[in-house]
Amino acid sequence: MANLSLTKVPMPEQDPNVRNRNFDEVALGYTEEMAKEEATRCLNCKNRPCVSGCPVNVRIPDFIAQVAQGNFEEAYKIITSTNCLPAVCGRVCTQETQCESKCVRGAKGESVGIGRLERFVADYHMAHVSDPVPAIEKNGHRVAVIGSGPSGLTCAGDLARLGYEVTIFEAFHKAGGVLVYGIPEFRLPKAIVQKEVDRLEALGVEVRTNFVIGKTLTVDEIFAEGYEAIFIGSGAGLPSFMGIEGESLIGVYSANEYLTRVNLMKAYSDKYDTPIRKSRAVAVVGGGNVAMDAARTAKRLGAEKVYIVYRRSEEEMPARAEEVHHAKEEGIEFMCLNNPTRILGTENGEVRAIEVLSMELGEPDASGRRKPIAIAGSEHEIEVDTVIMSIGTSPNPLIRSTTEGLDATSRGCLVADENMATTRPGVYAGGDAVTGAATVILAMGAGKTAAASIDKYIKEKG
Amino acid sequence: MFKIVTKRQLNEAVTLMEVEAPYIATKAKAGQFIIFRIDEYGERIPLTIADTDPQRGTVTIIFQAVGTSTKALATMNEGDFIQDFVGPLGNATEIDGYKNVCVVGGGVGCAIAYPSAKALHNAGAHVDMIAGFRNKDIVILEDEMRAVSDNLYVTTDDGSYGEKGFVTNKLQSLIDAGNKYDLVIAIGPIPMMKFLAEVTRPYGIKTLVSLNPIMIDGTGMCGGCRVTVGGTIRFACVDGPDFDGHEVDFDELMRRNSYYKAQERESASHECRMLAAGDAAKEEQKNG
Repeated sequence: MANLSLTKVPMPEQDPNVRNRNFDEVALGYTEEMAKEEATRCLNCKNRPCVSGCPVNVRIPDFIAQVAQGNFEEAYKIITSTNCLPAVCGRVCTQETQCESKCVRGAKGESVGIGRLERFVADYHMAHVSDPVPAIEKNGHRVAVIGSGPSGLTCAGDLARLGYEVTIFEAFHKAGGVLVYGIPEFRLPKAIVQKEVDRLEALGVEVRTNFVIGKTLTVDEIFAEGYEAIFIGSGAGLPSFMGIEGESLIGVYSANEYLTRVNLMKAYSDKYDTPIRKSRAVAVVGGGNVAMDAARTAKRLGAEKVYIVYRRSEEEMPARAEEVHHAKEEGIEFMCLNNPTRILGTENGEVRAIEVLSMELGEPDASGRRKPIAIAGSEHEIEVDTVIMSIGTSPNPLIRSTTEGLDATSRGCLVADENMATTRPGVYAGGDAVTGAATVILAMGAGKTAAASIDKYIKEKG
Repeated sequence: MFKIVTKRQLNEAVTLMEVEAPYIATKAKAGQFIIFRIDEYGERIPLTIADTDPQRGTVTIIFQAVGTSTKALATMNEGDFIQDFVGPLGNATEIDGYKNVCVVGGGVGCAIAYPSAKALHNAGAHVDMIAGFRNKDIVILEDEMRAVSDNLYVTTDDGSYGEKGFVTNKLQSLIDAGNKYDLVIAIGPIPMMKFLAEVTRPYGIKTLVSLNPIMIDGTGMCGGCRVTVGGTIRFACVDGPDFDGHEVDFDELMRRNSYYKAQERESASHECRMLAAGDAAKEEQKNG
């Protein structure tokens, strides 16, 4: 008999007023009992709509059925047969717009907590089972993966399981891409990312850090080293600025820089040499998940006031509802329908305020969202000493400008077809480098598709 | 891990190191830089490549011990390993087509000016070089610079070596004497580059400066190294580090490079307080 509760078993969380002072994980994870109880909410329906909503095709009802029976390790095997990063996905995947949005239970009440169950299974495995080194027969073919973010790790993992000798080239000193420099510790502990990377290395994947492709080596030189195919998962690229007055003042950061200083370079820990501004009041400009991460990070670093400044209304915000909810709980103030016009500085060149213009919503624009329209004469100042720009990115030119035959769109994103093949034979691409800034799970889906395409390409090449 | 194979003290504060980094040694061109991270807890610090030896697979860096990381690096020795060393980053200095060039270095900036002079010299250009220092004690790389220039002019602020005066005066006098330069390259402290660009501006001589803003990744991801050039935001790591000296907003760059000055002072005084507390505790124990 299915559990007919209309709501998910609640996720235990750190108290908002405690967690906004530390970098420990916010969501604490289900216990075995909670997981089993939530699992019984799944109706195990025949047409499995949830699976079609998953970019990496996790056999969701099958693993949930195992959880319900307490066979957690069986559940883990089912998940990892198609998803090599379950502990990451269970935490940061946008399930509410993917699998959970298709769940039948969602029609009346909340969907099954698929993401929470995935996280539980992955954490249970990490805590209780030590992975045996899998015996994979090498097929003698070499593939290079550029970038060790979610698309690169997924592509590398799938290819390694098929017997390929895979080398990942990473520009930073640490593998993980946006999972280590972008997403904060309190949402995705770095020890978990490291365990996933360790698992790939146990599969025989070689990770070469401090390699900037386009500089240290070019795509052509990688081929010359004997690699037969290349996957490019180099990420979203250069942070955008608004082009308003005052963006070079001391105290203005891109979200990329702010988050990298804190996440990758651990500026929050005294043990590390990384400096970061000690802010009292912070304005984060933007309404996406990255803006939420930056705001919640600033709060944890001790800022008394942290504002989200967003030109549309909360309804149009691209951030996940869960992130907005968490941010509000932690005391982040939302100043929607405000568009920055300039940043004002002290005579020492430090930020003292941000001037914004009030907006109102007009007719829907090309994005389908109601267009913000400025209210003339409504300029006003918000007193802050730090401004974090989180308004998107534009693609990095390093690889496309050093590789013949690799086409890019007018925006600079790499062109790739539905099989993730670029315009250069043997070169595949996916993730933000192709789509522009998007989600972890879409990047993983692209990495997975690319791995299958590379396998086919090399086999057909003979 | 990257092995330090040679260490030489050029003056009291400036150190030369050759580091084993074969990929970078093969690829690096004059004007490009590396980023190093001394250990797990260190910052990522950019340093311009002073020289390379592709046969031996080594990259030469020359640096002044000024911040936490460069001071720590200066204490390392031959045979020690640097945790991370990545490059070559940035664009190479544009040297094609120039026939008559004046390369100006100021202080430790001479270490960065030297490879540009060498590249131009090897490409067949006539190279005059001006190397300015505060005084005789800190003169570096004189033989190396002399070897790659047609004329080397050393200046010191106090006249204790070479000609007395600033590099700006020397360049002005060379222009006044009828030298027709089609390119001036200026590398040194920000005020020096700023004033040197003012010397060449009236003559319309193309002037390249090499900028050294604060950066993290060095590949265009963080945007920390943004500089205003000709009124638009450029990233020194992917668009530079060389820019047209007549277009750079030097005052803004100077301000941005002092981003963490206040904090560095605070961390230094924090250390002092800790020492003081430690001393007090010892004192107490003795008296106790």
